[in-house]
Amino acid sequence: MSAVIDHHHADHAHGPAKGLMRWVLTTNHKDIGSMYLWFSFAMFLLGGSMAMVIRAELFQPGLQLVQPEFFNQMTTTHGLIMVFGAVMPAFVGLANWMIPLMIGAPDMALPRMNNFSFWLLPAAFGLLLSTLFMEGGGPNFGWTFYAPLSTTYAPPSVTFFIFAIHLAGISSIMGAINIIATVLNLRAPGMTLMKMPLFVWTWLITAFLLIAVMPVLAGAVTMMLMDIHFGTSFFNAAGGGDPVMFQHIFWFFGHPEVYIMILPAFGAVSMIIPAFSRKPLFGYTSMVYATGAIAFLSFAVWAHHMFTVGIPLTGELFFMYATMLIAVPTGVKVFNWVSTMFRGSLTFEAPMLFSVAFVILFTIGGFSGLMLAMAPADFQYHDTYFVVAHFHYVLVPGAIFGIFASAYYWLPKWTGFMYDEVLAKTHFWMSFVGMNLAFFPMHFVGLAGMPRRIPDYNMMFANFNMVSSVGAFMFGATQLLFLYIVIKCIRGGPKAAANPWEGAEGLEWTVPSPAPYHTFTTPPEVK
Amino acid sequence: MASHDPSHEIYYVPPQSKWPIVGSLGLLVTVFGAGTMMNNMSAGSDGGIGHWVLLAGLLIIAYMMFGWFSNVVTESRQGLYSAQMDRSFRMGMGWFIFSEVMFFAAFFGALFYVRMLAGPWLGGEGHKAQTEMLWPEFEFVWPLLQNPDPAIFPGPTETISPWQLPLINTIILISSSVTVTFAHHALRAAKRTALTLWLLLTVVLALIFLTLQIMEYIHAYNDLGLTLDSGIYGATFFMLTGFHGFHVAMGTLILSIILIRVMKGHFTPDNHFGFEAAAWYWHFVDVVWVGLFIFVYVV
Repeated sequence: MSAVIDHHHADHAHGPAKGLMRWVLTTNHKDIGSMYLWFSFAMFLLGGSMAMVIRAELFQPGLQLVQPEFFNQMTTTHGLIMVFGAVMPAFVGLANWMIPLMIGAPDMALPRMNNFSFWLLPAAFGLLLSTLFMEGGGPNFGWTFYAPLSTTYAPPSVTFFIFAIHLAGISSIMGAINIIATVLNLRAPGMTLMKMPLFVWTWLITAFLLIAVMPVLAGAVTMMLMDIHFGTSFFNAAGGGDPVMFQHIFWFFGHPEVYIMILPAFGAVSMIIPAFSRKPLFGYTSMVYATGAIAFLSFAVWAHHMFTVGIPLTGELFFMYATMLIAVPTGVKVFNWVSTMFRGSLTFEAPMLFSVAFVILFTIGGFSGLMLAMAPADFQYHDTYFVVAHFHYVLVPGAIFGIFASAYYWLPKWTGFMYDEVLAKTHFWMSFVGMNLAFFPMHFVGLAGMPRRIPDYNMMFANFNMVSSVGAFMFGATQLLFLYIVIKCIRGGPKAAANPWEGAEGLEWTVPSPAPYHTFTTPPEVK
Repeated sequence: MASHDPSHEIYYVPPQSKWPIVGSLGLLVTVFGAGTMMNNMSAGSDGGIGHWVLLAGLLIIAYMMFGWFSNVVTESRQGLYSAQMDRSFRMGMGWFIFSEVMFFAAFFGALFYVRMLAGPWLGGEGHKAQTEMLWPEFEFVWPLLQNPDPAIFPGPTETISPWQLPLINTIILISSSVTVTFAHHALRAAKRTALTLWLLLTVVLALIFLTLQIMEYIHAYNDLGLTLDSGIYGATFFMLTGFHGFHVAMGTLILSIILIRVMKGHFTPDNHFGFEAAAWYWHFVDVVWVGLFIFVYVV
């Protein structure tokens, strides 16, 4: 046995290379995971500054800071960058870092392709951002890029926007294939499917969703490209096509996409809450099946984004009930998280604070989603700030708090040092207050009829909008504190033990902190 | 190596590689060139430097593909890949083909949506009487020869009969799926001559298919007025058959490279995933064609 181990070490003598080329040429899942995380944080700050422009313009009624054309480009690129550049790569980064450690794999299944997935992202987003400086401006049609706004009436830079989406899509598909192959093929002996940590389970299902829907998005933007440059009439009724068809194809991608952004957060929170409750997760099996049920249902609800567009009554009813059905498995999850905490020995370190806030605030976002799911009510809410409030409640305290919770939970494993708990708690409370101040009033102005994506508004919405803007600035500025906390943690701090958390379980805590460059070259035995 | 207990085999983690970054750069240059060219052409000027940027990008991609696959072939022939690695490749290829299926699903979905729902509504069917007010004269039939606004989108005069070239092409493509399977059996039985000949025949059939498809396109453009801009019939027809044709061309290239490798003596009866991946891909384009033949040409 020892001979075998020595042999392994000889094979993997190559540690990290020196200099910049380490990162450019790497095949190491930890290097690639770190690059994903840094890239997504850079995009988060960039997309966040665009949100700051939007909130600054909406601080008061009337047009003061930017032109409406530029405002449109800000709302569009803010959405695109946050969805494709910040949230998705952050979860892929966490997957890269943690999945091989959690299942006892030596690396990702296809390490070179892994690096290809990452390096397509700077290409895609460089191209997307360059459109802002092109003649006619960048994409200005909303992140959902409905035809004909994005075809007939789009600026010329839309061509490059389309190709940027293609590149980001190729990156996502390759990343997802890699994750599926890793999870299904590289588990350590004894790590059966139903022993896998929930983060691995939710990512397995997310990866399936990605492979199923990213090609459909590629098809949608390809049809746009053909309509714009080659005279086809997919989205033009004059030639027998239909602009509403664009919405169907887009949302067939778009609805599973929202679960792609939230399922990995479900998984991470399902590991963090038991760790800080010092109790095993309540209802592991039901969590797995609930995730599967959510993913399955996500393919049959897309038209709830299109209730007002004029679909047949049977369609409205079908999509309304199917959407409400998703509340059942989601309710199972919330119940399990609460039951895990029930009678646990709870402590509230930063990962736990973000996770508890996740459960409460995501549930609020889920309930406003149920309100929107009712077709007759949606006729009132559609395209108002109520929708903006809803999806920011599931994405900010949902996806992004999930990412923060994960970052604090695993930072000791990544850096070998404990982060500054006081600063981290400050980061949490500032984010929590800022985020609620920013988005909660949007429910009220939305119900009162304030339309989204418009740079000006009725005087009667002035007070709530000012509160929103103050909250948004607070939330935005607080993220610079997060940057400082992470850098401080990388540079030093109290030494982290292999398992710095009293209640944390899993293979990732059996390797030293910081995790060595190569881990599990010989698979561990899982009992 | 064979005496190893599979659970203790070493999973090969490759050292640093330049191909991913070369590939990203190649794709970026390609799409930048293509976008520049399309924008210039739609603005009425010629392609400008777009053509050349596009060409440069494609060359970089070709260089990356050649280098990357060379690495993989060399590593495989050095025996670095375990049975577990082989499973990773199989999963990778399988899920890649699934993603391709979903890409075609978007275009098939568009075709079905137009034919079953949007088209009839545009013709005034259902409760959406207001759509009829746009073009009151418009009647929806499939194939759609008369578009709602013939001034902007003149329709085709005729569509392609399925029982001539498309039927021949169906027979050719299905035969090629059979011949590639014969080649696989020959490979497993270590009959190298039969393997080479069946694979060669597959590539020849693929080239005949592509030639006939090009002839069909020329016929459609020159004689039938069936073009990309002849309304939704032409759009769905050319996008589905065009993307399929592009995949056949890629599949032909893959099979040709496998053929060259066979002639160089690569692959053993037990270890030939490169061949199998090409065959899987080939069966996939075949299945898509059967869907096309039924839903685009016949029904």
